[in-house]
Amino acid sequence: MTVRSIMEGAVNDLIDLALDVAQHAGAEYADVRLVERETESVTVKNGALGATSSNRTAGFGIRVLIDGAWGFAASSQLDRAAVERVGREAAAIARASGLARRDPVVLDASPPVVGSYRTPLQEDPFAVGLDEKLRILFEADAAMGRVAGLSVREGSMEAARERKTFASTEGARVEQELSEAGAGIEASAAGDGDMQQRSYPTSGGQHVTGGFEAVRAMDLPAHGERIAEEAVALLRAPLCPSGEMTLVVDSGQMALQVHESCGHPIELDRVLGMEASFAGTSFLTLDKLGTLQYGSPLVHIDADATALGGLGTFGYDDEGVPAQSVPIVSEGRFVGYLSSRETAPVVGALSMGSARAAGWNVIPLIRMTNVNLRPGEAGSLEDLIADTRDGLFVSANRSWSIDDRRLNFQFGTQAGWLIRNGRLAEMVRNPTYTGITPRFWGSCDAICGPAEWRLWGVPNCGKGEPMQTHRVGHGAAPARFRNVQVGVAR
Amino acid sequence: MTGPEVSHRDPQDVLDAALALVPEGAAEVLYTGREAALTRFAGNRIHQNVSEHDASVRVRIVDEQRTGVASTNRLDDDGLREVVQRAVEVTRRAPPNPDAAPLAATELGGVTSDLGYVAATAESEPERRAAGARAVIDAAEAAGLDASGAFSTETGTLAVANSNGLISRHRSTQAKLLTVMTAADGSSGYAQATAADVGAVDPAEVGAEAADKAARSVGASGLEPGAYEVLLEEYAVGTLLEYLSLAGFSGLALAEGRSFMRLGERVMGDSVSIWDDGLDPQGMPSPMDYEGVAKQRVDLVTDGIAQAVVHDSATAGRLGQRSTGHGLPAPNTWGPIAWNLFMAPGSSSKTAMLAGIERGVWVTRFHYVNIVHPRQGVLTGMTKDGTFLIENGRISRPIRNLRFTQSIPEAFSRIRTISAETRLVAAEYTGIFTRVPALRIDGFAFTGATAAEERA
Repeated sequence: MTVRSIMEGAVNDLIDLALDVAQHAGAEYADVRLVERETESVTVKNGALGATSSNRTAGFGIRVLIDGAWGFAASSQLDRAAVERVGREAAAIARASGLARRDPVVLDASPPVVGSYRTPLQEDPFAVGLDEKLRILFEADAAMGRVAGLSVREGSMEAARERKTFASTEGARVEQELSEAGAGIEASAAGDGDMQQRSYPTSGGQHVTGGFEAVRAMDLPAHGERIAEEAVALLRAPLCPSGEMTLVVDSGQMALQVHESCGHPIELDRVLGMEASFAGTSFLTLDKLGTLQYGSPLVHIDADATALGGLGTFGYDDEGVPAQSVPIVSEGRFVGYLSSRETAPVVGALSMGSARAAGWNVIPLIRMTNVNLRPGEAGSLEDLIADTRDGLFVSANRSWSIDDRRLNFQFGTQAGWLIRNGRLAEMVRNPTYTGITPRFWGSCDAICGPAEWRLWGVPNCGKGEPMQTHRVGHGAAPARFRNVQVGVAR
Repeated sequence: MTGPEVSHRDPQDVLDAALALVPEGAAEVLYTGREAALTRFAGNRIHQNVSEHDASVRVRIVDEQRTGVASTNRLDDDGLREVVQRAVEVTRRAPPNPDAAPLAATELGGVTSDLGYVAATAESEPERRAAGARAVIDAAEAAGLDASGAFSTETGTLAVANSNGLISRHRSTQAKLLTVMTAADGSSGYAQATAADVGAVDPAEVGAEAADKAARSVGASGLEPGAYEVLLEEYAVGTLLEYLSLAGFSGLALAEGRSFMRLGERVMGDSVSIWDDGLDPQGMPSPMDYEGVAKQRVDLVTDGIAQAVVHDSATAGRLGQRSTGHGLPAPNTWGPIAWNLFMAPGSSSKTAMLAGIERGVWVTRFHYVNIVHPRQGVLTGMTKDGTFLIENGRISRPIRNLRFTQSIPEAFSRIRTISAETRLVAAEYTGIFTRVPALRIDGFAFTGATAAEERA
């Protein structure tokens, strides 16, 4: 059932009414978003169904600008009375905002757009029966179960579809239908006072915009036995050594590395202090734009909302700005921010289209789209290991922490292997590494090629108050970094 | 306007109507209603100001060993009919699950409570939040600082009914004001106040505390990482308890061998007692869980000995225990969670605790904490918004932020003194509330620091 069917064709009427109410209440600008989101999930745990659910939420939010100050109100009640009430409430809130206002908010001159977008997909994940999803998950579970010594086996699949309409008093009107699919398996082994895990395709699974074809391509059952063996082997593995080492990072962990140390600090609202009390600020202050050497000349990073299959891929952001790909780091130099219509004028630009709301009930904030590290020329992962005399190879995120300006980070990964004379040697457990963002990226001396590059989905990025959990993407290939502090927490 | 003008359908009516639509067999219906408003400020101005009204139902069908869940926020008769149909359909297609959580027995529910509901919070207007923000901003401007923060008010309604005859309902309010104030050199200070009653939140006091801390943080210099004696303020202790809860206070974590808790054994020092109590108004009360089960006080750690973990219906069934009322909404693969935590106070004052430290570190709060090794309770995170060197019993200078990587049960075995005063602390991300004292601990492991040119 779509928003349209719930509303019985009244979407246009409610949207027009919302904008009318806002303008009559004195708004110099207003926009309205009407959103319905459906999700389905299924989990198999230890050979049995863990959970299955089907969720729907729908509602609308009205955002108004009065005397240069914002107000926003939202409701799940989809009728004319609620729209009128919520529109007036948004206006009252905007007037209250005026009690503590400095310079009035001025939006950029992005032209209002009329358009539509639909995620391209081959196989509708909602049309795939539960039986088929369970068949794959039980096969993967059985594959993990062939290995003795596991404490927990778990596999899950998710599907989501969001239909939304955006309209503004400037005349913009955008309809979108975004589809997502995701899946993953994880094996845990506990014993001797320790617990170890391995995941496939990476920790938390893989999530894309697209259809069930992405889940089929993962071939979960084919990887069950391997991750189970690795989880059990980790329990007996020696601890990761401590010291400065050459570090090779797999592409799944690289996604988190990009997310925390590049994706967040390039959010222009953070840079301007708008997230100081919660998510934090950024070391990439305005004076650094175009001047700071963020990483080595091998490092190229783009924010690309147009990348096929990315979890941060869409047609238009939630201010109606078309999806774009913009350079963030070029030959190691920091050259671009993620921005919104309110913030882009600070850097003399139009919004690059990264204002995204996690639902109908919250305002758009600057969020990552797909912040992607371009592939390099180091060939395959095998080539890169062969090119590394001694070092540590780490795989799949286990823990993450970074300071509020996004400088001092520390990651733990599920597994590590020592590299000796260009070969993977023994496995080590509890690997961690830590660094300072520009020094770390400055030490990057090799990035694998396009064949190793993968666009990962991160479905749990938190930001803002009230906190919004959003879905973003990161493309990356395995990469090598020199003189990295490893083995912090033994 | 979090309270008036709300015209969502009555929760009891929604529960009755939904249960009546279930064709046969067992079902649980969970109603959650939320009226929330939040005023956000940064750079000494209000920059975001929002409100939302939402209510939803979640229907869980238990048909012998088959179970399935569906939810919607469309609460008219058609919406309820549609969500029940979906739940039935999902259940019909599901394979049997012998570990599925049973519906809670009638006698475990029966909660009808307004504990922690304050009408003044529910009816709070945007002008009140704006005035609160203004008061904090005034304190910042008077001290030449930049204030950012948020003032929120919220009314929550939780109601559960199941076909065993269980009915539980709780309505509550929360108000929270927090601020980070920043000086020109990037130094910062923090303060937070949280209460069920918006009238108990004093914006001027919050502003003064953060301004004082920020002013004293100016001109920070470095300190070599290493093991230091620490004085952890309540905000920092609250965050450690929050992540201990996630790492190990749950029955599922224990059952799956990933908890640091070893029941009946010493896991912390003998001065440490930690419990969960959803009924104590000194915390943020929540007398029932999302399965409708009345919350029990659970003594997790008493005098350093691990006593118990919290349970929902699933883990209780699995481990032969009774649910303690700590279940999350179905379908829940996370397991139960302790979210009303208390730590026993001591008899000292922070001034006296400070005076006893020859050389150490004063920590106001931690930022971006995460679990490194749950089995050992190892956490990592950064200090933030007021970190100071202590020398000869007094604060000698502000220092740049440090990263810790530390087993917290181990650190809690080295507690020297505990403050008599406690503070209610709202978690940043997780919805966990803790009422905790300040702690003086020996040998706390700082494993990294932010370099001078890259101050953070």
